[in-house]
Amino acid sequence: MIEYMIYTFLAINMIFNLLGSISLHRFPDVYTRLHGATKCTTFGTIFAVLAVVVHALYQLRITNDPKYLQMALHSVVALIALLLTNPTGAHAIAKAAHLSGVKPVKAVIDAYERKLEEGAQ
Amino acid sequence: MIVEIFFYSALVVMIGAFFALLRVFFGPSVPDRVVGVDTLNTLIVAGMILLGAAYDRTIYIDIAIVYALLSYIGTLAIARYLQGGLE
Amino acid sequence: MSFIIVFMWSFVLWLVLTAGTKGMLWSPEELAAGVIFSSIVAYSTKNIVGEKASRFLNPSKWLGFVVYSVGPLFWGMVKANLDVAYRVITGKIKPGIVRVPVDLENEAQYTILSNSITLTPGTLTIEACPDEKALYVHWINVTEPEPQSSEVIAGSFEKWARRLGK
Repeated sequence: MIEYMIYTFLAINMIFNLLGSISLHRFPDVYTRLHGATKCTTFGTIFAVLAVVVHALYQLRITNDPKYLQMALHSVVALIALLLTNPTGAHAIAKAAHLSGVKPVKAVIDAYERKLEEGAQ
Repeated sequence: MIVEIFFYSALVVMIGAFFALLRVFFGPSVPDRVVGVDTLNTLIVAGMILLGAAYDRTIYIDIAIVYALLSYIGTLAIARYLQGGLE
Repeated sequence: MSFIIVFMWSFVLWLVLTAGTKGMLWSPEELAAGVIFSSIVAYSTKNIVGEKASRFLNPSKWLGFVVYSVGPLFWGMVKANLDVAYRVITGKIKPGIVRVPVDLENEAQYTILSNSITLTPGTLTIEACPDEKALYVHWINVTEPEPQSSEVIAGSFEKWARRLGK
């Protein structure tokens, strides 16, 4: 039962992490690539951590070894650090890309460009 | 003792990291490469957590925490540099 | 005030990271080292954190964050990832950068809303402008070039951000 739960979590993790890195090659420009990269890899890592936590708690129940408690707690801390920093980093890259002059490809509308031009005048 | 399933999923995550590395090599513009590096960082953190579970070593997960926080600072520094300094 | 808050949070983090050094609990040496290091961290950052930090002491807000991240945010991420998976496989995109007017008061609310928007379906915050009360959002599938509220993009997240960031 526990094994199948770990297998499911790891399968979701593998699918979404691979999808995130493939999206870097499928999409045409920086902004759309950031969509795939940020969302898919964050989601995949959540499930990797869930699998590790389930595994560690299960081993803790069997062996009663405190190192598995440490493993579970530390992976949760790593997940929190990743969840807080990943969207912020994506936002910083997107803003820097726009300010350094990379235009979105095939864009229907670019309101930020208009705002920058108004600010320049 | 190696928990095999975690080891194989870490392997798949590293294949994903290889794709991200290809984007770093071929990316036509600088922001493309930065996106590749950012993805690479997240995938390496995931891979380290999985390897820590595979080899039963908590120290790998500690390194993953520090790597996540430091790589974020690195991304911010590169982004600041790209947009032309501190305003 | 900010000294106490930073001290408390760094000590909690230290306790989480060093749990299991003596049985399932903490050894006295670890606790003593934790007190010393948290005091150093708290003393050296007491001018940076500021007085507003007292809002981190409100337990109902912690509960709100837990409910928010397990409920609406996680469900939004599931939808976002299925959406991105569909677009990666088929390659159908219609991107654009739109201006979204929002009605928020302080910077914490802007941070929560922008981070939630980045993690949820098809949108990525590029710039937050508190002085003109608007967010600039990259949208992977533009259905409405000039939205009048954040309802189309963020759903109920603006309400949550307003409540949590107070």
